[in-house]
Amino acid sequence: MNIIEANHLSYDYTRFDEEGNVEGKTRAVSDVTFSVAPGQFIAILGHNGSGKSTLAKHINALLTPAEGTMVVDGKNTAEEANIWDVRQCAGMVFQNPDNQIIGQVVEEDVGFGPENMGVPTEEIWQRVEESLKAVGMYAYRKHSPNKLSGGQKQRVSIAGVLAMHPKCIVMDEPTAMLDPNGRKDVIRAARALNQVEGITIILITHYMEEVIHADTVLVMDEGKVVMQGAPREIFSQVERLKELRLDVPQVTLLAYELQKSGLPLPDGILTEQELTAELKKLKSAERQGDGGRKG
Amino acid sequence: MLREITLGQYYQTQSVLHKMDSRVKLVATLVYIVSLFVVNNFWGYLLAAAFLALCIILSHVPFRFMIKGMKSILFLMLFAVVLNLFLTPGEPVIRIWKLKITDAGILLAAKMAIRLTLLIIGSSLMTLTTTPNHLTDGLESLLSPLKRLKVPVHEVAMMMSIALRFIPILLEETDKIMKAQIARGADFDSGNLLQKAKAMVPLLVPLFIAAFRRANDLAMAMEARCYRGGEGRTKMKPLIYRRRDYIAYGVVFVYLAASIVIGRLLPI
Repeated sequence: MNIIEANHLSYDYTRFDEEGNVEGKTRAVSDVTFSVAPGQFIAILGHNGSGKSTLAKHINALLTPAEGTMVVDGKNTAEEANIWDVRQCAGMVFQNPDNQIIGQVVEEDVGFGPENMGVPTEEIWQRVEESLKAVGMYAYRKHSPNKLSGGQKQRVSIAGVLAMHPKCIVMDEPTAMLDPNGRKDVIRAARALNQVEGITIILITHYMEEVIHADTVLVMDEGKVVMQGAPREIFSQVERLKELRLDVPQVTLLAYELQKSGLPLPDGILTEQELTAELKKLKSAERQGDGGRKG
Repeated sequence: MLREITLGQYYQTQSVLHKMDSRVKLVATLVYIVSLFVVNNFWGYLLAAAFLALCIILSHVPFRFMIKGMKSILFLMLFAVVLNLFLTPGEPVIRIWKLKITDAGILLAAKMAIRLTLLIIGSSLMTLTTTPNHLTDGLESLLSPLKRLKVPVHEVAMMMSIALRFIPILLEETDKIMKAQIARGADFDSGNLLQKAKAMVPLLVPLFIAAFRRANDLAMAMEARCYRGGEGRTKMKPLIYRRRDYIAYGVVFVYLAASIVIGRLLPI
């Protein structure tokens, strides 16, 4: 059974004028259909205003679809009775770490979710310890969140969600406000959760480098899913991505430019290692070719 | 400069006061404030100061850290002292133009200064040794009888703790906006009081907008983590009285009795 199933999902933001009358509607997400199997790592890409955050909020039942359905772990998010189950099952990490940490001490913040769920005291402590260890922040459990770096705060937020024992974690641009080191730490933590604990991760981002390890990439534009596939398939379409005002990873771009100027490289190179390997192959083939001519 | 305000902040360290039940600390602070207003002579203040000094030593919070927070309230204190100094009727000691300083005024002003200083240090000692979450828990538990009267005790306690948590963040934000505006030629320092107040308007507008945005984000994050009010919530750190808490209650009430006896019955 799929853990997330969106079926022709649409959502409108209503605009109001100054007197509070409805002025019109803006369609933020329009007719989106996709499904996620348990344990997958999904990345959602798109430039600002493409509807990716709105879509993410549907998974957590913070928003409910205007048309179509969103089913999380077999539960329809539109039904009032399911809301808390859905939110427990699909945790959410937001962009600004300062605006989602409630506790004044790291461990108290991580305990906030389980407290809300009514977990018994001893089990809360156990969960807090596990979660903080899973993101590598156990040493900081007695610290004030204000004194942590952005990447550390964001890992605390992830631990806070993890303590609720979710099956799926939605991360809404968790690295947008971080420095490169913090970004690396957060992405590493997310991948570890996915691979070690088998938690489904939905990562929303506009940093292409974070996407290359995903199982599936969804690209959104103007509320619609316009591309869907493995990172390699997506990034082989450099021209199409440029049309959508998205960048491709630097290495992919370099390979693409080399390919365009005549080198016979394969499509969709994602990592430096791949590119160097391909270039070495070319070089040795060339040498053999030269050798052949000489002999 | 704004970061120096330590009022309402938590100081992370290990001490008896940090470990103490927050209900004890809340009651003790209340008792202490009451004692400051019951006491009427300098012996009583001496006792209060000694009690506070003992607590500060027990708390392991550096005294300098506490004093830094006092600077921000210096103006308020000065105001109270000056008012008392000039406006108390009695035997005039010094005359300046139409104003006169009376002997009763000096006495009252001195008492007011001592009282305010002790009060502020005493109450900040509580917030310095108690995390807002504990404080909230303590308040909630102490006020829980009011729930029967349909007072939203949990909600109020939660709002308080969030307000406390965001004080340093909003101060940082104010500092940032201030610097950004100074960089673009804003002047916060010159001019009279009215002009200074006017210069604050462009500072407050973005600050309010940012605060509302934060509040919105936080509300969403709390909902996403299954927050739905006080019903059915468990506690990670439940409040349980231990032996040291009962002892502390004893000490506090002995102090109250002593301060009533000394502060009321001895002369001056």
